[in-house]
Amino acid sequence: MENSHNFIGRNLFDLDDWSADEIQAVLDATKVMKEVNQRDYKKLPILRGKTVCTLFFENSTRTLMSFELAADRLSADLVRFSANVSSLHKGESLQDTVYTVDAMGIDLYIIRHSYPGSPQLVHKYTGKPVLNAGDGPHAHPTQALLDMFSIWERTGTLKGLKVTIVGDVAHSRVVRSNLIGLKKMGANVTICGPKTLMPGYMQEVYGCKVEYDLKTALKNADAVMGLRMQLERQSDGLFPSLEEYTKLFTLSEETMRYAKKDALILHPGPMNRGVEILPGIADSDRSLILEQVTNGVAVRMALLFLILGGKL
Amino acid sequence: MILIKNGLIYEASNKADATGNFVKKDILINGNKIEKIAANIKEDCKIIDAEGKHVFPGFVDMHTHLRDPGQTYKEDIYSGTRAAAKGGWTTVCAMPNTDPVVDNISTVEYIKRKAKDIGACKVLVIGAMTKKLEGKEISEIGNMLQGGIVAVSDDGGCIQSTKIALNTMKYASNFNIPIIVHSEDYSLSGKGQINSGKMSTKLGLSGIPALAEELMISRDIMLAENVGCHLHIAHISTRKSIELVRQAKEKGLNITAEVTPHHLLLTEEECSSYDTNTKVKPPLRTEKDRQACLEGLLDGTIDFIATDHAPHSDFEKEKEFNLASYGINSLETAFAVLYTELVLNNKMDLSFLIDKISTKPSQFLNINCGLLEKGKAADIAIADLEAEILFTPENMVSKSNNTPYINKTLKGKIVTTICEGKVVFLG
Ligand SMILES: [Zn+2]
Repeated sequence: MENSHNFIGRNLFDLDDWSADEIQAVLDATKVMKEVNQRDYKKLPILRGKTVCTLFFENSTRTLMSFELAADRLSADLVRFSANVSSLHKGESLQDTVYTVDAMGIDLYIIRHSYPGSPQLVHKYTGKPVLNAGDGPHAHPTQALLDMFSIWERTGTLKGLKVTIVGDVAHSRVVRSNLIGLKKMGANVTICGPKTLMPGYMQEVYGCKVEYDLKTALKNADAVMGLRMQLERQSDGLFPSLEEYTKLFTLSEETMRYAKKDALILHPGPMNRGVEILPGIADSDRSLILEQVTNGVAVRMALLFLILGGKL
Repeated sequence: MILIKNGLIYEASNKADATGNFVKKDILINGNKIEKIAANIKEDCKIIDAEGKHVFPGFVDMHTHLRDPGQTYKEDIYSGTRAAAKGGWTTVCAMPNTDPVVDNISTVEYIKRKAKDIGACKVLVIGAMTKKLEGKEISEIGNMLQGGIVAVSDDGGCIQSTKIALNTMKYASNFNIPIIVHSEDYSLSGKGQINSGKMSTKLGLSGIPALAEELMISRDIMLAENVGCHLHIAHISTRKSIELVRQAKEKGLNITAEVTPHHLLLTEEECSSYDTNTKVKPPLRTEKDRQACLEGLLDGTIDFIATDHAPHSDFEKEKEFNLASYGINSLETAFAVLYTELVLNNKMDLSFLIDKISTKPSQFLNINCGLLEKGKAADIAIADLEAEILFTPENMVSKSNNTPYINKTLKGKIVTTICEGKVVFLG
């Protein structure tokens, strides 16, 4: 496999500065990595001597595991800095933390932070390529890439597909990255959720459809993604109860009947079974939910490979 | 005595809403007053050659955060008044959100004394409406007035309780001073970082809706009408807010408003790269709002321009957007920014601009400034409009350099500032 696009040293803050061709190249590389992950011996020597640093300022065990495993599989040296933002408040600034870590000789950063724009700061302070592993409700581009890969692997194309995303759009970093990526790849995205959990101007900004009625939103969907619904939104005064939310927005066998018969089911996890999705749907044959986790490692391997310029 | 020779002198028009023009004359200063304005004055004294330069009445800023006492790492009276002088400002009004808050006569006196001792321009003091700006108990407005405050304001904060807002206005109205409000409904603005709109959606930053400002302005106009006091809206920023002020003025209420250079010139689009120098309250709004601010200023709904100079140190801005402080540093840049963007782009005459940064705020404060006439204070700013000026962290006189105009080249350089007959800045 050759690096036909120039990914070396690129940042992945979000998908807006990546072209459709480049996204396709990532999906292609992911396919190769996925095959590697299915071997008995899963390790490639291609990033030997490179040092990857995960900067996790917010707890996210799954995403951290997935990235670290990806770096391990490519034989990169891996260092981890984790702290929660509240303890950081009192002490060191992000700038000082990053300067300190960078002095140890890092080749690439992977950052998870609860505040939007933090990946850009890490790049500004270090000049090194930065992968955004989620910055507040802003973006989570590797999740979007693994979602797109999971659908594309099944359907062979994203062009013309109707993808419906349901739930708490306002607090979701996953939605925005998916909206940008899926649109670039030619899919039509509809988003659905209560008005109180829907940011303004979604249609103008992302060119997606906005629906407030689940059945209308699901109509003829090729793929459906549920989003995590958190109980704390109830005390924020954004919806009355999980019970009512479930009645209106859950992905169930009944509501999924409005989608295409074999419509794929996705969820970025962790799931609230019985809230945004019912077990009958989450565990059905068409559910890609575990496959997404598998694909996540492959996508992250592909990105590390492309950006750090290894050769297969 | 100082004689300013051959400059193009600002002459205000006599008509209320018309603006003046520029004529080539000399100005003779005697002590702290203007003694004479005429062609070819001859006097054996210090001469400033203003050939080819424009001569303005010194600018008057109604809204300045000098950060002194308490936050002098951001700015202090020494640096803030020098930044003002460099920008052509000869009078600034210090906002009371210092530490301690200006809610008592001794803090008023501290600022006035320090400004007199070491300030490069005149500093007027605005007192807090409520103690510690907490929006709970009325501060000692009467005492502070004896100390010389010119207005009251809880700027930086906004009294949320309608009852306390009403009582504070009633109490303050007894003293016939303007009540300046920063209008923000906290329950709506919440943890908002930028304007609630397309950009906040795109950037994943929480938004401050226009409604948070508009609701408070509409409440305060109703309260002011009920009380019969002079209400002044600080840093107005939305189309509907301006509409509310327009309607109130049509009704004949004593309502005035100011707008900042950044709300006249910048929009939420500026925030697209998470540049914390664009983080300010009220937030940079939409293009429609910006247009409305400009129209409001042109048609007189907005009375004048005020800088809302809000210095913050590097460590308060060089961080995650959510953690950065709100505010834009403005005294040094304001004239060049307004001249370059508004006058050179034919949005307004130069004389109109001078009216809005000097004559009108002087009238508002009822001070003997803002005009170049015999007997007026010798507060003068001389500008070379052809000269370019570049603002860099190294050449900023302010202790801070949190402005979106940092490292940008603008036109309209203040070359000399005279305050009370003394040269306080030479560029
Ligand atoms: Zn304010």
